Amino acid sequence: MLDYINSYLSDTVHVTPGEAGNFFWALVYIIAIFAGLSVAVIAMNWLERKILAHMQIRLGPMRVGPHGLLQPVADAIKLLLKEDILPSEADPLVFWLAPLIVVWTAFTVFIVVPFGPTHAVTDMNIGVLFMLGVSSLSVLGVVTAGWASNSHYPLIGALRSSAQMVSYEIAMGLAVVSAVLMSSLNAEGTGTLSRIGLVQAQEAQQTWFIFKFFPLGLIAFFVFAVAMVAETNRAPFDLPEAESELTAGFHTEYSGFRWSLFFLAEYSAMIAVSSIAVTLWLGGWLRPFPHALTGETWDLVFSLFPGITFMFLAAITFYSVARMPKHPYFRVQTIGLAGFGAVLALIGLALFAPPVRDRIQDVYWFVVKVAGFMYLYIWYRGTFPRYRFDQLMKVGWKVLLPIGLGVLILTAVSGIVF
Amino acid sequence: MPDATKFLSHLELGETDQTFLDSNELIINMGPQHPATHGVLRVILKLDGEKVLGTECVIGYLHRGVEKIAEHRTYTMFNPYVDRMDYVAAVSNGLGYCEAVEKLMNVEAPPRANYIRVILTELNRLASHMLWLGTHALDIGAITPLFYTFRDREEILKIFEKYCGARLTTHAFRIGGCLYETYDGFEQDVTRFLKFVAPKIDEYEELLTTNRIWVERTKKVGYITADDCKALGVTGPVLRASGVQWDLRKAQPYAAYKEFDFDIPTGTNGDTYDRYLVRMQEMRQSLRIIDQAVGKIPEGPIMAKVPKVIKPAVGEIYHSIEAPKGELGYFIVSDGSTQPYRVRVRPPSFVNLQALDQMVRGQLVADVVAVIGTLDIVLGEVDR
Repeated sequence: MLDYINSYLSDTVHVTPGEAGNFFWALVYIIAIFAGLSVAVIAMNWLERKILAHMQIRLGPMRVGPHGLLQPVADAIKLLLKEDILPSEADPLVFWLAPLIVVWTAFTVFIVVPFGPTHAVTDMNIGVLFMLGVSSLSVLGVVTAGWASNSHYPLIGALRSSAQMVSYEIAMGLAVVSAVLMSSLNAEGTGTLSRIGLVQAQEAQQTWFIFKFFPLGLIAFFVFAVAMVAETNRAPFDLPEAESELTAGFHTEYSGFRWSLFFLAEYSAMIAVSSIAVTLWLGGWLRPFPHALTGETWDLVFSLFPGITFMFLAAITFYSVARMPKHPYFRVQTIGLAGFGAVLALIGLALFAPPVRDRIQDVYWFVVKVAGFMYLYIWYRGTFPRYRFDQLMKVGWKVLLPIGLGVLILTAVSGIVF
Repeated sequence: MPDATKFLSHLELGETDQTFLDSNELIINMGPQHPATHGVLRVILKLDGEKVLGTECVIGYLHRGVEKIAEHRTYTMFNPYVDRMDYVAAVSNGLGYCEAVEKLMNVEAPPRANYIRVILTELNRLASHMLWLGTHALDIGAITPLFYTFRDREEILKIFEKYCGARLTTHAFRIGGCLYETYDGFEQDVTRFLKFVAPKIDEYEELLTTNRIWVERTKKVGYITADDCKALGVTGPVLRASGVQWDLRKAQPYAAYKEFDFDIPTGTNGDTYDRYLVRMQEMRQSLRIIDQAVGKIPEGPIMAKVPKVIKPAVGEIYHSIEAPKGELGYFIVSDGSTQPYRVRVRPPSFVNLQALDQMVRGQLVADVVAVIGTLDIVLGEVDR
């Protein structure tokens, strides 16, 4: 067994486990992604509340654990222990099915997310298409949730959601196609829909697609970035769940664990679409300046980043430990926070070890880029008012769609000319 | 929803409209428990998809019988009750009531009391407008301004607390003047607050005034003409945003207002964006008034000569002031006893709420929320 794992970890393998037909490693990746995603959603929950709170001159969660670090855990326990309410007017089967559809689609898309050249469950040659297709199925879950609740507010929320997701998918698709066109600018003249292939195309062309044919790549990226916020129903496009209008939109009637499934799906979907944007325009797992700053020294400098990040987080934690009140009441929290900092520091140290840091590089840069998008999502939420439904449609059809089309045509022309 | 049909008198609800599966029209209940109805307002909406075909307001969920209570209390005892009507602008309510009774008794508050009244009332106007801005922006989906305005409103409430011990329902004034002398450092506190808050108002404007989404959400939404405003009796910033330069502080000056120099900001279009701009300007004008007043508070008594037992002669009086939300009037009938025979309050929120139906007809569900926010209603005042 160990030999088997060692043989896989050696550098001889250059394909994903799915491609190699390696079920054991595929399973390991699936479990790792599932676990990582759950941790990411929990972390996002805490981070969103904290970052949003600090933007709004509040402290955010501070009571459960040091700096509210255990708040997501407490919330999860609360949601699991809550009574499972099935509205008497609801359609039980569909009501039960809707959150499952949403969660299923949100998690399934992750099998094609490339965390590195070989770090994906599988590499489909239609990866991007698969991802867009499956993630757009989640609208089914939203519509069924609104319908099955048999209530007015969820119904309006579901209608809004379906119209919104369908119309923004077109703009999104056009932006994606222009990136795919860019990937075809090689000797063979063949593009690819494989997400690993797309990143490798950026590596081969020595530029991220966001800078390709400047400003065409940037505009396509912008179209996608706007459409993906609308696609995931987040502020300022959070009409389906507009709190001040529809109380909670399509999941008004849901509570407890069923509601938490919607929550989980929303955050996984955010990560999923951000990962598309990262692979298509921001160079996926490639580190910054892979061609400008080459050589052993630069490789070493960049390979130290994961460790430095964790050490930095540990330093912040220890600073917070030093600032904790010295009252005996806070002793347990202080020790807990110090322990958390120690764990972060240990991870940081482990990431400095050469065999680890070389293997973690790709995953690290990919996750950092996705995390940047997550921060943007939170920032939007703290800054923008909400669009109205007709304005949302106007932006989708009259602004993003023409821009997307124009960029597509111009990209094709530029591809031929240059 | 059999209950809703009872109220839908003018919405022409047919038999077939009652289930939404059979028709395009949808009747939904917004409130009384709803995040955006500012309390316990219930609005029954008749929708065609997202378009509003008609609305009906159902009020009374916060009815406490304030006017009836007045008939069983002495003039002095009723004074704290008026604070509970518009609880975000309690000082203005108290001012209106005290001045009405003073007018009934032919008493004038001394100049020093009038200055203190003006300063506190204008501070309260600021507090009320800040709360309006925060909640209005929250309704439209901008969640951050709420916390900014609440941070700054806190400073006003601190001044109130230092002055009279209460933060919201202050009961700051008495019939004939003020009960409390200003505390040591009152002027400094107010001046410091003025310096503190002026850049904060710019900060709110930075967040919203040129924000593209904000402008799109508020321009051409909830449009009402000056004539309609007059016909419906709408007053306050809503009327001024439609272009009518009507402010009771100028039109029929009360307290010490005629001694101060300030402008009446008006709008032109009468839409939600203009009302937003008017209120923002009003906040700056309030700062101007306070700035002038705090520099020259006259010395002297703070209480006029008022008998221990207030017993106005037989008669009636209507006195109105410019509350943050519009014209706040008190009609008091005295039968010569220690208790008023009748007190009728003309609350601005109640009258302004009438315009809701006209303002949202033909617009979208999201606009209903924006219009309720821009009308700046307080349900304690609507229901009384």
